[in-house]
Amino acid sequence: MAGLFSLPTNENPNLETTPVGDADMTNQNTALLSLRNVVKHFDISGGLLDQLRFSGGRIVRKHTVVHAVNDVSFDILPGETLSVVGESGCGKSTLARTVIGLYRATGGEILYRGERIDNLNDNGMLPYRTRMQMVFQDPYASLNPRMKVREILEEPVRFHNPGISDADVRSRVADVMEQVGVNPLWGVRYPHEFSGGQRQRISIARALVVDPEFIVADEPISALDVSIQAQVLNLMMDMQEKRNLTYLFISHDLSVVEHISTRVAVMYLGSLCELASAADLFGTPRHPYTQALLSAIPRIGGKAAGHIKLSGDVPTPINLPPGCVFHGRCPHANARCMQEVPKARQLEGGALVACHGVEEGRI
Amino acid sequence: MQPLLDVSNLTVKFALRDTALTAVNDVSFTLGRGERLGLVGESGAGKSVTGFSILNLVSKPGFIAGGSVLFEGKDLTRASAETLRDIRGNRISMIFQDPMMTLNPVLTVGTQMIETILAHKKVTRKEAEAIALDKLRKVYIPSPERRLTQYPHEFSGGMRQRIVIAIALLTSPSLIIADEPTTALDVTIQAEIMDLLLELCQSEDMGLILITHDLGVVSQVTQKIAVMYAGGIVEMGDTGMVVGEPLHPYTRGLLGALPQCADKADCGLADVAAPRARRRLNQIPGSMPSLSDVPRGCPFNNRCELCETVCTTTRPLLEVKSDGRLAACHMVA
Repeated sequence: MAGLFSLPTNENPNLETTPVGDADMTNQNTALLSLRNVVKHFDISGGLLDQLRFSGGRIVRKHTVVHAVNDVSFDILPGETLSVVGESGCGKSTLARTVIGLYRATGGEILYRGERIDNLNDNGMLPYRTRMQMVFQDPYASLNPRMKVREILEEPVRFHNPGISDADVRSRVADVMEQVGVNPLWGVRYPHEFSGGQRQRISIARALVVDPEFIVADEPISALDVSIQAQVLNLMMDMQEKRNLTYLFISHDLSVVEHISTRVAVMYLGSLCELASAADLFGTPRHPYTQALLSAIPRIGGKAAGHIKLSGDVPTPINLPPGCVFHGRCPHANARCMQEVPKARQLEGGALVACHGVEEGRI
Repeated sequence: MQPLLDVSNLTVKFALRDTALTAVNDVSFTLGRGERLGLVGESGAGKSVTGFSILNLVSKPGFIAGGSVLFEGKDLTRASAETLRDIRGNRISMIFQDPMMTLNPVLTVGTQMIETILAHKKVTRKEAEAIALDKLRKVYIPSPERRLTQYPHEFSGGMRQRIVIAIALLTSPSLIIADEPTTALDVTIQAEIMDLLLELCQSEDMGLILITHDLGVVSQVTQKIAVMYAGGIVEMGDTGMVVGEPLHPYTRGLLGALPQCADKADCGLADVAAPRARRRLNQIPGSMPSLSDVPRGCPFNNRCELCETVCTTTRPLLEVKSDGRLAACHMVA
């Protein structure tokens, strides 16, 4: 099944006009969501006066750009949990928000079941909003404190199903509340009357109430305590089984990711380093950054020393280093790594790795 | 031999209009010189308040309602403001979660470090600067001379936490209380900071109280663990034993809720074709009671699968169980 992991090409991905192999064809048909060279930059230069700089005796206008996501391509298959991991600032949340359309991509394409969605206007996006939903990190901030839980959950149903009867709305909401383990009688309460775990259940219910097939979960459990994390993770897994959901799961907690993911993508400084099945990635990490990241997981009963030490800090995404973004901290970097940006390449077994060292067989 | 720190029956309450909430309930533990203890629990368990009350830093409306904290023989709960000033930041240092909040953003790192030394030691500015440089080298800050003149915002998160650790080390304290020192940091930085703390504790023979919710971190750094729930210690003992074979049902539930334990239990049967994603985690039902309605008897009784009548009437005391460990549970022999 090489097609499952095959790399989108740099050329025009339009199937009709581009000659493509069989592998790409299956890929196009099976992927629920495809990212093709997605780029997201943020202009943080501010107003005109903030942009003016004095240099070489002249006033010049200068833009400051954060390169949050750079040329990321992968497919999300129906029914799987694809996790994106990385340290803070690596662009994983930006990627999630770009996928669901909260940010407009600066470049590249996003395809949902083969249809481009990144260039749609609000009206064109509307039908996709019921298919794709999002669960946010902080259940304290993502629920409107002035609305009762029932109102929070009924609003999306009414909005997406104009003309639906009150009784239908109510029964649909009660149904979902029961499924996520929140008593429907509590619908008359306000969000502040619930604990963090219950609030996250309500957030999940809000996503499920329009019956989506794809859910983007941005750090859904990192604001919760350990014993509550387990409850919410179990709920997410149950819902996936019952409703055949596909998840894009963003997290920095590697042991959680290892547990719930089908496949895992590792990001560093806006670039994709490695993408492989969970067992493969955690069993035999290939990219030097993945190796360092995994060795830093505090294992219970493990010894503290024994992880790979990285020198230096993560560079800023405003001035990206030339070549491989990781070369400044990589113990295996050589001259080529400093000049040439590594392309993600598929290895035997399906893993996707963007590293010159792996490609040359040095690592 | 006298222990470095002897906390006995410490109780901390927070006064409300007509009642008082008990945030820390009858907590006792000792810490030897150079010993490392982990205080573990979920948010609201009382672990941070315990840490603060050791330094008598609980601010109003909180107050220490009973018990004693003996540090090198002196009872800090009854000590004068002057004695406390001499101990805080000098003999006992504290490291907090967010280094951006701990460091003063409008003073250079050097100013903040020298200020600390001059407050506690009779040295000249020059000598103070030498001490500061030495400590910065100890926490592996590159080019420390230049770094002394920089402001906190010029450092990355991990570097800032190193600076905070360097400041904690300035007066060569015999105890460091670290309250979630790596929670705000990324895993790779967390691993570095934890290595550093462990190394420094060993080389300087410092005691460490590590307050955290992360059982993985605690198990790598500390020798002893105290697990807290709803204000009390429910289990205490050797780190390896507590995480290896937990006695108390809460500790067991907490460890079982971790994905890495769920995966370890059946890793022999792990089938690559059937993804882990289908395996349920062991969850503890419900959530920790708020301090205003801790159940009668054992505070864990409403979430416990072993709960019997005695658990709903009598609060279990922390007592020695069969293998020499301490646990507060009626149902564990």
